[in-house]
Amino acid sequence: MSETQEKQPISNMSFETALRELETIVTGLESGDIPLEMSIASYERGTELKKHCEEKLSEARLRVEKISLNPDGSASATEMQLD
Amino acid sequence: MSDLFSKPAAKPVSNVPEFSVTELSFELKRTVEGAFSHVRVRGEISGFKRAASGHMYMALKDADAVMDAICWKGNASRLAVQPEDGLEVVATGKLTTYPGRSKYQIVIETMEMAGEGALLKLLEERKKKLAAEGLFDPDRKKEIPYLPEVIGIVTSPTGAVIRDILHRLQDRFPRHVLLWPVVVQGDGAAEKIAAAIDGFNQVREGGDVPRPDLLIVARGGGSLEDLWSFNEEVVVRATAASDIPVISAVGHETDTTLIDFASDRRAPTPTGAAEMAVPVRVDLLATVKDFERRLLSAQSRSLDMKTRHLEGLSRGLPKPDALLQNVTQRLDDVADKLDIGWRSRLQISQHKLDQLSGRLRSPAQLLDSKADKLSSMNQRLIQATKALQSRKSDRFEAMRLGDRLDQSFERLQEKQKSRLDQLAIRLENLSHKKVLERGFAVIQRPDGSLLSSVKAVEAGETVQVQFADGHADAVLGVGSFTQAMEAVRQPDVKKRKKKEKPVEAIEEIETSKKAKKKDTTDDRQDSLF
Repeated sequence: MSETQEKQPISNMSFETALRELETIVTGLESGDIPLEMSIASYERGTELKKHCEEKLSEARLRVEKISLNPDGSASATEMQLD
Repeated sequence: MSDLFSKPAAKPVSNVPEFSVTELSFELKRTVEGAFSHVRVRGEISGFKRAASGHMYMALKDADAVMDAICWKGNASRLAVQPEDGLEVVATGKLTTYPGRSKYQIVIETMEMAGEGALLKLLEERKKKLAAEGLFDPDRKKEIPYLPEVIGIVTSPTGAVIRDILHRLQDRFPRHVLLWPVVVQGDGAAEKIAAAIDGFNQVREGGDVPRPDLLIVARGGGSLEDLWSFNEEVVVRATAASDIPVISAVGHETDTTLIDFASDRRAPTPTGAAEMAVPVRVDLLATVKDFERRLLSAQSRSLDMKTRHLEGLSRGLPKPDALLQNVTQRLDDVADKLDIGWRSRLQISQHKLDQLSGRLRSPAQLLDSKADKLSSMNQRLIQATKALQSRKSDRFEAMRLGDRLDQSFERLQEKQKSRLDQLAIRLENLSHKKVLERGFAVIQRPDGSLLSSVKAVEAGETVQVQFADGHADAVLGVGSFTQAMEAVRQPDVKKRKKKEKPVEAIEEIETSKKAKKKDTTDDRQDSLF
């Protein structure tokens, strides 16, 4: 499972996927069943995942846009201020 | 709804044609019954009365109007609702008039609870129908993303709902929100809501407007009628068809609308929808931090553990020397044994070889020893010989045999010599040759025997006549010469000498005998010597 995940670039991962893999890695490392070489790789990946997760968490800003329909029926969004 | 009934009342009556009351009444009856052959009317029951005939009479009223109602016996028993005064019901039936009394009334065929009850029933029926289509199937439910990037909200742009949602999102996890403003009740609300849901699903990835990965359809609390738009099929169908997961949050927790069955998740309130939509950021940060800490500690602990394990193992690992000591010792031991064994074996072999080679004499030695033996024997032989010789010699010397032998031999020699001389002289004297010289002859037979007697002569015998200086052949006693010639073809010389020689032959024989005797004695003497 971890091998297939390793093929997935972290930058494309959703927060949840990254967090889940991070948890898997942490649990795996905590169990101590992982061979040394793999544990180092796991640790490195875990660190990257953690970074990715933190990035995902940091870029949090509430932005509200209002959808309005153009005459041709397509939607467009405009920034909306809440009163 | 009451204006429905005001219409026929307001129908203008033409003054031009003149009807009789009956005509008009029946015309009216036809019109009313034709136009209102099947109606639903909602009102409160009043003046309920069950006649002995089994028919039921009552009035349906609301705030401003009242209408008589009748339920024939046949239908009365089948009514789902037991009519009673004050009960708000929806009656279904047809309008009819009673010309005799200038009255109109509704003939009730079915009756049901009005108000929420009726709507709920409608709702129930619609729910059943849509459920039968599979729109509410649990396996149609999509998973709500754990952390949506863009949230599309379908609700009124004004009011508390959107503010509540946005505030809660801000508190938990600020996100990019797209608001699709709609009216949430009244005419056309359902269609607008459905269009908004569809519209969000039409948004393509990578366009000007980001495609939401979660939709919230929300409305604040209200009456069942207020929330009715969210029970409309068009909304339910749009929600069920949405590719984007939908959280429905309509009314309060106790309110249930059909959209709640079609949506992927039902939130009790709009605020609840926001809570479902996003996790709490600080919690996540804490979780990530916790994972980070656990990652670090797990890694270092794992390393520590492995290190300790390694150390433990390496402690448990015997030193290479120690590991080898035993074996080395054994090797040495065995090598020693091998060496000793080899040597001792060699020694034994050597010893054996020595023994054997000691026993084995070389040919030279053997020869030497034999030669020694031989020489010693030779020595002994020589000594013995010498001893014997000396003994013999001594004896010889002692007996003076040599001298005596020499002397006697010389004497004997001299004696014999003188005797020999004498005999030689006598022999010479007695030799027939001497006689022959004196004219005698010796007659011999061809075999060499002497013919010494005439009596032995055979006629015609051929003999040899020996003279001193030679011999000649002769034939003796021949009857006739011819016979003789036939007997022996001999030359004439021999025939002539034949007759003259028999006597001499005898002489000759004697002499030769004598001579022979002498010879034999001489021989005897020689051999003796």
